[in-house]
Amino acid sequence: MLAGSGGPTAVPIVEMSNISMTFPGVKALQQVAFRLFPGEVHALMGENGAGKSTLIKALTGVYAIDAGTIVKSGQEVRFHGPAQAQAAGIATVYQEVNLATNLTVAENIMLGREPRRLGLIDFRAMRKHTRSVLAALNLDIDPGSLLESHSIAIQQLVAIARAVDINAEVLVLDEPTSSLDAREVAELFTVIRKIRDSGVAVLFVSHFLDQVYEIADRLTVLRNGELVGEYLVGDLPRIALISKMIGKELAALTELKQGTRREAAERVAGKSFLTANGLGKAGSVYPCDVEIYPGEVVGLAGLLGSGRTELARLLYGADRNDSGTTTINGAPVKLRTPRVALDNKIAFASENRRAEGLIGDLTVRANIVLAMQSERGWLRQIPRKQQDELADKYIKALDIRPTNPEALVRNLSGGNQQKVLLARWLITEPNLLILDEPTRGIDVGAKAQIQKLVAALSDEGMSVVYISAELEEVLRLSHRIVIMRDRHKIAEVVNTGVTVNDIMETIAAEAGQPA
Amino acid sequence: MTATLEVKPAAAAPKRRSLRRFERYSQIGATVVLLGILLGVGAKLYPNFLSGQAIMDLFSKNSFLIALAVGMTFVILSGGIDLSVGAVMALGSVVAATLLQQGWPAYLVIPVVLIVGMSMGLLVGLMIHRFNIQPFIASLAAMFLARGLCLVVTDRSIAIEDPFFKTMNLAHINLWESTTVNLRGKVRISQVYTTPAVLIALAVLVIAFIVLHYTRFGRTVYALGGGESSANLMGLAAGRTKVGVYVISGLCAGLAGLLFSFYTASADPVAGIGYELNAIAAVVIGGTLLVGGSGYVLGSLLGVLTLATIYAYKEFDGDLNTGWTRIMIGVLVLFFIVLQRVLVARRK
Amino acid sequence: MRKLASHRLVWPAGVLLALLVANFLWNRNFFNVTILNGNLFGAPIDILRRAAPVVLVALGMTLVIATRGIDLSVGAVAAISGSWASMYIINSGDRTSVKVVLTAVGVALLIALVAGAWNGFLVSVLGIQPIVATLVLMVAGRGLAQVITNEKILYPDNTPAYKLIGGGYWLAVPFSILLAGAIFGLTALLTRRTALGTLIEAVGVNPEASRLAGVRSRSITWIVYIFAGLCAGIAGLMLTSNSTSADPNSIGLFIELDAILAVVIGGTSLAGGRFSLAGTLIGAFIIETMDTFVVIAISARSTDVFKACVVIVVCLIQSPEARAWVATLFRGGKTRPPVVMAAVTTTAAPVSASAAELTDIAGRVSS
Repeated sequence: MLAGSGGPTAVPIVEMSNISMTFPGVKALQQVAFRLFPGEVHALMGENGAGKSTLIKALTGVYAIDAGTIVKSGQEVRFHGPAQAQAAGIATVYQEVNLATNLTVAENIMLGREPRRLGLIDFRAMRKHTRSVLAALNLDIDPGSLLESHSIAIQQLVAIARAVDINAEVLVLDEPTSSLDAREVAELFTVIRKIRDSGVAVLFVSHFLDQVYEIADRLTVLRNGELVGEYLVGDLPRIALISKMIGKELAALTELKQGTRREAAERVAGKSFLTANGLGKAGSVYPCDVEIYPGEVVGLAGLLGSGRTELARLLYGADRNDSGTTTINGAPVKLRTPRVALDNKIAFASENRRAEGLIGDLTVRANIVLAMQSERGWLRQIPRKQQDELADKYIKALDIRPTNPEALVRNLSGGNQQKVLLARWLITEPNLLILDEPTRGIDVGAKAQIQKLVAALSDEGMSVVYISAELEEVLRLSHRIVIMRDRHKIAEVVNTGVTVNDIMETIAAEAGQPA
Repeated sequence: MTATLEVKPAAAAPKRRSLRRFERYSQIGATVVLLGILLGVGAKLYPNFLSGQAIMDLFSKNSFLIALAVGMTFVILSGGIDLSVGAVMALGSVVAATLLQQGWPAYLVIPVVLIVGMSMGLLVGLMIHRFNIQPFIASLAAMFLARGLCLVVTDRSIAIEDPFFKTMNLAHINLWESTTVNLRGKVRISQVYTTPAVLIALAVLVIAFIVLHYTRFGRTVYALGGGESSANLMGLAAGRTKVGVYVISGLCAGLAGLLFSFYTASADPVAGIGYELNAIAAVVIGGTLLVGGSGYVLGSLLGVLTLATIYAYKEFDGDLNTGWTRIMIGVLVLFFIVLQRVLVARRK
Repeated sequence: MRKLASHRLVWPAGVLLALLVANFLWNRNFFNVTILNGNLFGAPIDILRRAAPVVLVALGMTLVIATRGIDLSVGAVAAISGSWASMYIINSGDRTSVKVVLTAVGVALLIALVAGAWNGFLVSVLGIQPIVATLVLMVAGRGLAQVITNEKILYPDNTPAYKLIGGGYWLAVPFSILLAGAIFGLTALLTRRTALGTLIEAVGVNPEASRLAGVRSRSITWIVYIFAGLCAGIAGLMLTSNSTSADPNSIGLFIELDAILAVVIGGTSLAGGRFSLAGTLIGAFIIETMDTFVVIAISARSTDVFKACVVIVVCLIQSPEARAWVATLFRGGKTRPPVVMAAVTTTAAPVSASAAELTDIAGRVSS
């Protein structure tokens, strides 16, 4: 499993010890140690809020550390800004490609280091050099083409080529695969292996366990800003890794599992609330059929990028479909905008709370009444008294903290923000509630509360579309599960005795074979 | 893996690439066509509109605008905007005239004016870079400051008597002989000439072209316009470049002030009001994306010529309401902005 | 939050107070208001009267800026509306007719409304950046005004009913002050008694989240630009009716800059979001008081330099980076990289600032 020369006996190229970082009110990292050896792929694992990105930013010079030491090639270093880290041989490729997409591939690889003749850039030499850099990685990309004309996957490879060409000894890949499809991931991995074999230390961050097990030699697990441990990938079974990442949370979740398992088949009967035929959008989701019955929880399962979020957005009109028809309670409806969906009693809580959910600078109260207010139009303001009542009611019902309705929503923790978002939709009394990753990045207590709430709502007759990366969670809550892969709906199962493994196998099945 | 990668771009590339090339130049193409139409219509309406001297006048009456537009191109390419250039230009000419009046020699006055312009640019750049103030507001403050300084220096127009400035004002550089036919059908042979100011402005343009396309600084300007955080994370000297574009813009504005005083042989503290808008309009009409990162400084010359042609209409037809030239510029800016919008939307 | 809101107004109010005191120290008769021919006269009245058009334009600007926009065309719109009304009155031949004046005012405001709607169209439907979209009308608008007036300077005086708007008195108080006050009250009512204010702020803070919450951000955008156009139109009427001559080139010239300045001084961030109408009002008063002070204390020629310095200082006060920099200067100039600097100096920076930075950093940590 362990490739290259890297091993515990070798000398680490980077050794971070006793790293602590505190932001006002938050201990982001506490006494964390981290080693990176030449010629290895090292995965950094942890849930949201574990401190992965803070550690990476400390290593790459975006943040300066409060305490601890960073030793690079035997010398203690302190980086002030990414440029210094880069000069020291530590290059980073981010999830959103950080290149100048308006320039050519060659320029992106050579920016800041362009070959010059008589003080002017020598474009011919630049193209030639670029071609050789790309060829060394077996990439066939036209150096003269604009970067923006290429897919994200290729842009990422160009970013890696740039990093390699700068003579990086350490290559940090921060969630490079989150927007790539399977084939693109395979291409990326081939390039990563090539780079690793040339002696570069690769730090790899990904949420996908499969990918980590495929590419990484060693991994470090963080939890709540603390180091859990460093392991050889071969020595650590998946289940052990998951429990190390989740920690004590596991027990609490199993407890919930018993409490909320319910009958499935009986809900899928009678008249559907929403029926979509051939609903799709080019470049987003291939046309598919979806039916949602009153009082049922439909789980959308699939990996990140499988089209699960995109399908949910089509159902809400957040994106406009370009094929297919939708009927609600038997009547045809064109879900062109969120407003139309809202008028049809559909609600949608985005996975991206900060960017697409909450209005950070407004109060909890204003955020809670926002959807109801937009339903009524701007002229008819909800009377202040009613606003206060609604806010108080839901702050109590959902246990939102702080309990002050005039607190700014951006000052709330993730779990409480999620509850505010839920409250916003619940007061509109929707018939269908679409929840995209409602429990991501929130503490376990809030997680259990939200899951219980979903179960209770569906018992009261509300339909729920539930998306989660955690398959256990989807299984625990859903009556029916729609399985997505590569932007296709590939299967739909009634949740009677379905296991995580069944779903994983369905997703993992070769394309083209019936699942 | 190589197989899949090779297949994908190779199959789709030829057609898309040519389409892209087309898109890349389609804006400049639109500008050329537009300029052609404007000139053609002018020739139809007014005799001698296309005579050699009339064409040369398009340059010589707008040499300072070329300088302003060149500076503005740097700023807009980097994703910023500079509203101070009109006022800085006026400040430059007022400082020049005042110093000359006090007996300073021209060879000292000229560098002083350029340094004044650069200092104003530096001020704007530092406010934007160090203190993260929006370019719009920072340059607005500089505009107030420069305009205010003009009025502090002098509150009335000053004539320039300096021999060097006078020479620059009067000098004609003869180019070729041309024959024109006047209204009574009389044939006249005359020298077509240009002015030193035009040559200076064109030299600045050429230097700007080389800097933007063949130096690391220039490419960093484009990268900055493509995305500042990316430029930072690539380890480029983003901050220095950002300040640099405003210094260049200030320098160009100072130079424009000199060219303006060559042209008018005087300085007026309220000259150049609204010239920042003309410069922006020229850059936009010249095909530079207002969001930055894409465009050509040579296009800005075409933009200036387009504006100059519109002004020429007014000169050839004294009865034409000045309002129409403004409306026309507004409509053209609108056209190019919408065009940009469509092109950017298609690219996404 | 309430604390912070009041906090936001403390700075501008303090500056206004300081300026008033400075004026008083220079001119002990500054606060003397006398009654002449049954009408109020005095320096404070003058300041209020001069501030009236700026207040109007700034009110519209506040709402536009709160939606993350900006309207550069207000000066041009003022010129169009003022020119049209003057032209209509002059061409009508009957300057004493109230009906003529009412028609002139009505149509002028309609034109201003259309101009605002045009800006709203470019911004909300075509999705053009506001600064660019309104630049079009800023350039072309004055051209339109020139076309309307046929490039002549107009003399709409001797029109009592029209003169009232900007130069007349009502109940001993200049009518323009009453008008601006009434529109201020109306705006406050419109934004705080309906949901418009909250929705504007929602769109300004987070447009995408607002859209997904079902907010019709497109109509909100239209409304604010139309409102800004209307305000500019009224300001244009005020400006032309108060002067004996109306030159389309100079009506409302640079009023957009004064208005933006008033908004920014009043504490509304150019990045959009929460806005303060009271702050804007104070901001407009600060500008006029400052102008008065500079004119009497220094010289009329220095007003622009003075104004520029104020803009720069206000911008620097609002910039966390600048505050951090000043803080490090006072702590002995220890240099640390910028990101850490912001984190470290939160304790030294003013209270209102550290709260914002704190959450910002907390956001960065958890994301």
